[in-house]
Amino acid sequence: MVRFLLRRFTVAILVALTVLTLSFLLTRLSGDLAISIAGPNATQQDVELIRQAYGLNRPLAQQYLDWLLRAVQGDFGESFFFKDRVANLIAHRLPITLTLGLVGLALALVVALPLGIIAAVREGSYVDRGVMLVALIGQAMPSFWLGLILMVVLGLNLGWLPISGTGGWEYYVMPGIVLSFSAIPSLMRLTRSGMIEALSSDYIRTARAKGLSRLSILVKHGFRNAAIPVVSIAAVQLGFMLGGSIVIETVFAMHGVGYLAWESISKNDFPVVQAVILVLALIYIALTLLADLLNAVLDPRLRTS
Amino acid sequence: MSGPALPGLVVPGTGATRRLLRNATFVTGALIVGFALVMAILAPLIAPYDPYAIDLGRRLVPPAWMEGGTPANWLGTDQLGRDYLSRLIYGARISLIIGVATVITSGLIGTTLGVLGGFYGGRIDDVVMFLITARLSIPVVLVALAVAGLLGTSFTLVILVLGLLLWDRFAVVARSTTMQLRTLDYVSAAWCAGSSHASVLLREILPNIATHLAVVATLEMALAILLEAALSFLGLGVPAPLPSWGLMISEAKEYMFFTPWVILVPGIALFVLVFGVNLLGDALRDMLGTDLSR
Repeated sequence: MVRFLLRRFTVAILVALTVLTLSFLLTRLSGDLAISIAGPNATQQDVELIRQAYGLNRPLAQQYLDWLLRAVQGDFGESFFFKDRVANLIAHRLPITLTLGLVGLALALVVALPLGIIAAVREGSYVDRGVMLVALIGQAMPSFWLGLILMVVLGLNLGWLPISGTGGWEYYVMPGIVLSFSAIPSLMRLTRSGMIEALSSDYIRTARAKGLSRLSILVKHGFRNAAIPVVSIAAVQLGFMLGGSIVIETVFAMHGVGYLAWESISKNDFPVVQAVILVLALIYIALTLLADLLNAVLDPRLRTS
Repeated sequence: MSGPALPGLVVPGTGATRRLLRNATFVTGALIVGFALVMAILAPLIAPYDPYAIDLGRRLVPPAWMEGGTPANWLGTDQLGRDYLSRLIYGARISLIIGVATVITSGLIGTTLGVLGGFYGGRIDDVVMFLITARLSIPVVLVALAVAGLLGTSFTLVILVLGLLLWDRFAVVARSTTMQLRTLDYVSAAWCAGSSHASVLLREILPNIATHLAVVATLEMALAILLEAALSFLGLGVPAPLPSWGLMISEAKEYMFFTPWVILVPGIALFVLVFGVNLLGDALRDMLGTDLSR
């Protein structure tokens, strides 16, 4: 167990370092960052000034080491556009993105778990096929388009929810629904296949033979075992959802880190873009680590091997 | 082609209804994708107008069946008076080319990595697993947008970026299926017969994991089409005036509160195509009897 954790932790740190390096290299893709920052209308002098101001005239290796040392301490430099510390900008907006991600995940679980279980219990029936069709529809739905449709229907026509913006809980409902669509299919399929496997196992037969009620068998014996992979995938899905929230935050003008990243990309504000990529990647790495730990705790078989 | 496929994975369905349904899934998917393919290939012949021809006198004409619509523009016109049907037909080209090209790029990268990791194991596999983990931690949409923001938008850039980012599932599946195959008798037999590494990989392993990779290919193609639309919608995918469906939705969204059909038409096209590709994948997966979904 200790060896497993140690190994898992080392890999997580190495991955984090790789992402750090990649997000640094990403901003150097265009060749000359100073020209990109200065924009199309800048003179040669402007570019030279920017190059000196941001230390872009130093050797690449030195820039990298400098950036790395600061980033490790949580210092991502200063935004060109917002004239604020990047760390501040992200700290202000991260709660919005995290809340949105959790709302999306909660909605996805509320829909996916019951449907997945019902489909498994009635395997091969029309109910099962209907559930699988829902999964396919969810998979094919373009999230930004669904967002626009909800804005027209729920926001404008029915007037139930605010169309867009940042604010109280009601602002999270539509983006949350859209975000949940990306996680529902995989969670549902996983719940279904896990339940089918669990229901056909020996311990379920034993429980039936003992004369336990159907519901108790389903929940206590079936779902508890099927839930193990679902928990870890849910954590991973949350990571993916946070990464994908940039589209949804932009559609709904929610001022989370995704919207911040989009604004920064269109304003050539690269320190911010770099930092958002890094923060989202780190959250994902932490979530997968957490998922592995949860797995080890929940499933005794994994602990020993 | 030698040896059976993975044992226990090629299970023909039991019962006539199940087989029929599976076929129905496949047939529906094939019809949808085939229809899009025909539209894309024959676009110049089918499209009633030039998809780029602007007619400011006839802006936002509604579809033929709505009030004020005309059979001349069966799906109406956009905010610049361009024929919506013609743009939709040409748009199928963009979605399909990006879908296929991305899958080829990412398939090559992912399969190579996965097969090498699964086949050789040990240190090589550690490296492959590390690359997969690192790739998964990178937020795809964000990085794709950032690259487009830095290098400017272009059709080839979208393909390159998506191709370089979407190989993870290919690698995961190629790795695990290769691992299972490596220990089988006919692979050992090829070893004993003195086959080289390359020959075993190309002649024994690859043909037998091909169907599994085909399932991944459909999933990734669907994903690539959706991502291209999302990137173009955000203004950092393929550049205007190309008739990308995502771009059409983006250009129309200002008008959606007054004339909702402007976003419905390209959106439904996008949804149906991706749905069709996924149906193909589902039918394939059922045939294999494995669950590769994440």
